[in-house]
Amino acid sequence: MASKKILIIDYGMGNLGSVQMAFKKLGVNISISDNLSELNNSYAYILPGVGAFPQAIANLRNSGIFDVLNEQVISNNKPILGICLGMQLMANYSLEQGKNIGFGWIDGKVTPIKTSNKLHVPHVGWNNLQITTKDLIFNNIDNEAHFFYDQSFRFEASDEKCVIGVCEYGEKIVSVIRKKNILGTQFHPEKSQRNGLKMLRNFLISVDQNYDIREN
Amino acid sequence: MLKTRIIGVLIVKNNWVVQSINFAKFLPIGRLDVAVEYLNQWGIDEIVILDIDASREGRSPNFEMIKSASAFSQTPLSVGGGISSLSDMESMLRAGADKLIINSRLLTHSFLIEQGAKQFGNQCMIASIDAIKKENKYMAYNNQKMDLDFSAKELAIKAESLGAGEIFLNSIDRDGMKVGLDLKLGDEVRRDLSIPLILCGGVGKPSHLYEGINAGLDAVAAGNFFHFTEMSVIAAKQYISQNGCSIRFDSYARYSNANFDEISERPSRHNEDVLEKLRFEYIPEEII
Repeated sequence: MASKKILIIDYGMGNLGSVQMAFKKLGVNISISDNLSELNNSYAYILPGVGAFPQAIANLRNSGIFDVLNEQVISNNKPILGICLGMQLMANYSLEQGKNIGFGWIDGKVTPIKTSNKLHVPHVGWNNLQITTKDLIFNNIDNEAHFFYDQSFRFEASDEKCVIGVCEYGEKIVSVIRKKNILGTQFHPEKSQRNGLKMLRNFLISVDQNYDIREN
Repeated sequence: MLKTRIIGVLIVKNNWVVQSINFAKFLPIGRLDVAVEYLNQWGIDEIVILDIDASREGRSPNFEMIKSASAFSQTPLSVGGGISSLSDMESMLRAGADKLIINSRLLTHSFLIEQGAKQFGNQCMIASIDAIKKENKYMAYNNQKMDLDFSAKELAIKAESLGAGEIFLNSIDRDGMKVGLDLKLGDEVRRDLSIPLILCGGVGKPSHLYEGINAGLDAVAAGNFFHFTEMSVIAAKQYISQNGCSIRFDSYARYSNANFDEISERPSRHNEDVLEKLRFEYIPEEII
């Protein structure tokens, strides 16, 4: 049986190739596209992101992806995984280079990480993920497992219930958010070696059991 | 807790990975794809690829080479050499790079860091600085303009103000010397920065990495050291964790309870009993 179609969204930002490669490593070919009808016809989405918030949101709006995605995710409840900036875009607004409005799927704002003598910003490198709420996405992943972060801004969620994973960097940094079909990770699973691949596998399985290649 | 990163550096010359000694002599290693695949499998924290010919020859980066290599890396890839425009940066990110490194154009094309940071975020921009010791001062060095009139520290501060998210600091004097990182250089440049610093040059054995981590650096990097021994990253990480340093060490293969040779700091051979037992031990491949 064919598995449900997943699409990596191309909005001119981000490490699309890396995300595609990570899935390839899992034996799954996922296409990258900015085509609106293809977007409409896909079952689930990956919204990657490396870049600055204002540029990202402008690209999403100008290409028409913003409205299509909003409808598919909110009205049609299709699963989506936002990575790094892709997660931050789900907030109400961001203060990166001025105030800019996001998707507003998860109540919260994006603000700069506090810097100090001991804490350098960007927060870059491997940090321990503390799992605060059980979720399918954490299957086979240990609490305190390392994931790769690279961020100067952080997601401040107003709805604590949506935060299911955090890490420590001078303060608690929101690392994984979940609200029904909407999922976001602040770290880069596609760049987190074994733990990251496990997480992407879990996402695939959560979309469709046919993506589970492991026996039993 | 954020862990100090251990970064593997791959120097590319004529599309081949080479070892570099004092930026002057080069020994061939092999294909970039293979080097990236190994470092990734051995659990390196990050990979830096530097094409040292591109800027000198005035040509664009080799995007195809990066595209091919990036397929083998599930760890962050920072790429430098020949990047001279925003469109180069975009093509490089599309080819699979996660971060961009600007070195020789840091001064002549300072807008690159500025515009890159604006477009892709400052976490994407790394300023690479080569330092050379002159009359007891660490000066910045540029392989085209040769000596510069200011210190490595001054250049790092300038790069940060332009929008760089990290500084990659390489000691020319220590390059290929296997005598340890120049911690004094690292300390001097780091003091007035609020962005992370990666120190490179001089690592010849795991304790050199250990010293850098203990000194509180954000990241330590080595090139040559990782090339010539099998599982070099895993062995080094085992040595460092066994000596009580908290690093990321979660590769599937381990050198658990290894004994290390005191001089080379490489895992020593197990005794016959252990080896005999290992012959019949089945270690399944991990399926994710």
